[in-house]
Amino acid sequence: MFVRGLKRKCFDGEEDIEGTLAGIKAIPSYNLQRQSLLDMSLVKLQLCHMLVEPNLCRSVLIANTVRQIQEEMTQDGTWQMINTQSSGQASLDRLVSTDILCRSSRDQAEGKHVPAYGTFNKDFESDQAQDGSETMSTASSVQVPRNLQSNVWEMENSQENKGNFQKSLDQIFETLENKSPNSVEDLFSEVDNSYYDLDTMLTGMMSNTKMGHCDSLETFSSPTNTASNSNCKSDLNDLDHIVEILVES
Amino acid sequence: VQVPTLKPMDLMVEASPRRIFANAHTYHINSISVNSDYATYLSADDLRINLWHLEVTNRSFNIVDIKPANMEELTEVITAAEFHPHHCNTFVYSSSKGTIRLCDMRSAALCDQHSKFFEEPEDPSSRSFFSEIISSISDVKFSHSGRYMMTRDYLSVKVWDLNMENRPVETYQVHEYLRSKLCSLYENDCIFDKFECCWNGTDSTIMTGSYNNFFRTFERNTHRDTTLEASRESSKPRAILKPRKVCTSGKRKKDEISVDSLDFNKKILHTAWHPMENIIAVAATNNLYLFQEKIN
Repeated sequence: MFVRGLKRKCFDGEEDIEGTLAGIKAIPSYNLQRQSLLDMSLVKLQLCHMLVEPNLCRSVLIANTVRQIQEEMTQDGTWQMINTQSSGQASLDRLVSTDILCRSSRDQAEGKHVPAYGTFNKDFESDQAQDGSETMSTASSVQVPRNLQSNVWEMENSQENKGNFQKSLDQIFETLENKSPNSVEDLFSEVDNSYYDLDTMLTGMMSNTKMGHCDSLETFSSPTNTASNSNCKSDLNDLDHIVEILVES
Repeated sequence: VQVPTLKPMDLMVEASPRRIFANAHTYHINSISVNSDYATYLSADDLRINLWHLEVTNRSFNIVDIKPANMEELTEVITAAEFHPHHCNTFVYSSSKGTIRLCDMRSAALCDQHSKFFEEPEDPSSRSFFSEIISSISDVKFSHSGRYMMTRDYLSVKVWDLNMENRPVETYQVHEYLRSKLCSLYENDCIFDKFECCWNGTDSTIMTGSYNNFFRTFERNTHRDTTLEASRESSKPRAILKPRKVCTSGKRKKDEISVDSLDFNKKILHTAWHPMENIIAVAATNNLYLFQEKIN
């Protein structure tokens, strides 16, 4: 699952093996604990995404923990990123992005050999047969300004997730197209923006449809309304599900 | 011709929804709180808080939104929210980073700017990789007086004076013996358990749950704390609950329970105190216990 060998050889004091024996004994055990905590956390993140209804609070807390561990590992030199084009500043910037973490963990769930986040960029650069521009985009993905977000999504998803993400969007288009023509136009016009706009649009659209038992009673006198209510209700369930997929990806 | 007859039946209780307020939340809802005006209420999910009118089901107003433009930058979520018991324009919400924000709805339509920000500075000596997780606030409750609020994080309950933002005025350790077990509790996910807390009617005592079906009460003026257990074995009707004790040191006294024999599947997450009487409700897995004060 992880490229362990690459991490293990990153001790600075290789020439100083003659040094304090007690010091060398103490450090590996803390490092091992820290490493196992990191491994455990990454597994948890992976499991988070396999749930039907992922717990966002839990995912965020675990991702923050992973980030902390990685920052500490970078600071004490245990973690060396083969990173020739960026400065040290950029390498810290790379150790971020909850979503990238979650995505790389999900790739593991799909059975592909995707290394842990720590070595993600390393292997991505060396093992993947990508051209230089795509690698650069991934490396600096966290610094990409908002208006390039759709491009960033394309880059990061690459071969593993692109199909899934595209499929989710297609599902949304299909569902909305059949039921509410007006909102489909809105959706198309805002398709490249962040989830927030999609949320707002969906919420705004939904608030116009009537739902629930009480509302059904109110429309008792008009049978046509009742029919559209039940249609909308099942569509809304589909939409909730699709929004969840989007949020996950 | 059949004459209708009256047949006595047992009382049947059937719950039916009176109103459904739908489609305003994208994320899991963690709190609802009715306002002191008894006309509006708020609902909070991981990233947003909405304000509703009790009579209007198809429209709500978003009053807090902490969703980042780029979800990759998300590091903090909303964990609980509550309206002030007397000031209908004031509410608080807590976060996964152990902070509480007090907001005034008169200041702006979107209350992303807080009026007050409550956070206790971290103790650097006790910092660990789990510090953030255990600082995450699982519940926030105003006192009945409206002068204080109480927050529950994984290991403690804190009472805050609304006029002092830099630290709580009181801190109570619920199960400090778990601090050395945080790694195991992280592994088995117990560290993410969300415990509630509550005040008694006079704000003199606070209560919260723990593991092994234990729940704890803290008397604020006497600093006396009690641990009780809600279980079938120790609760026959009218029987008086015996105080429990968890053994933290090596030598276990009689009737004490060692930390390692605690059942972490038996957790009391939900507790409530009657607003006027000394009657408490304690939820233990799938059982609801009601206890009352011993009447001499």
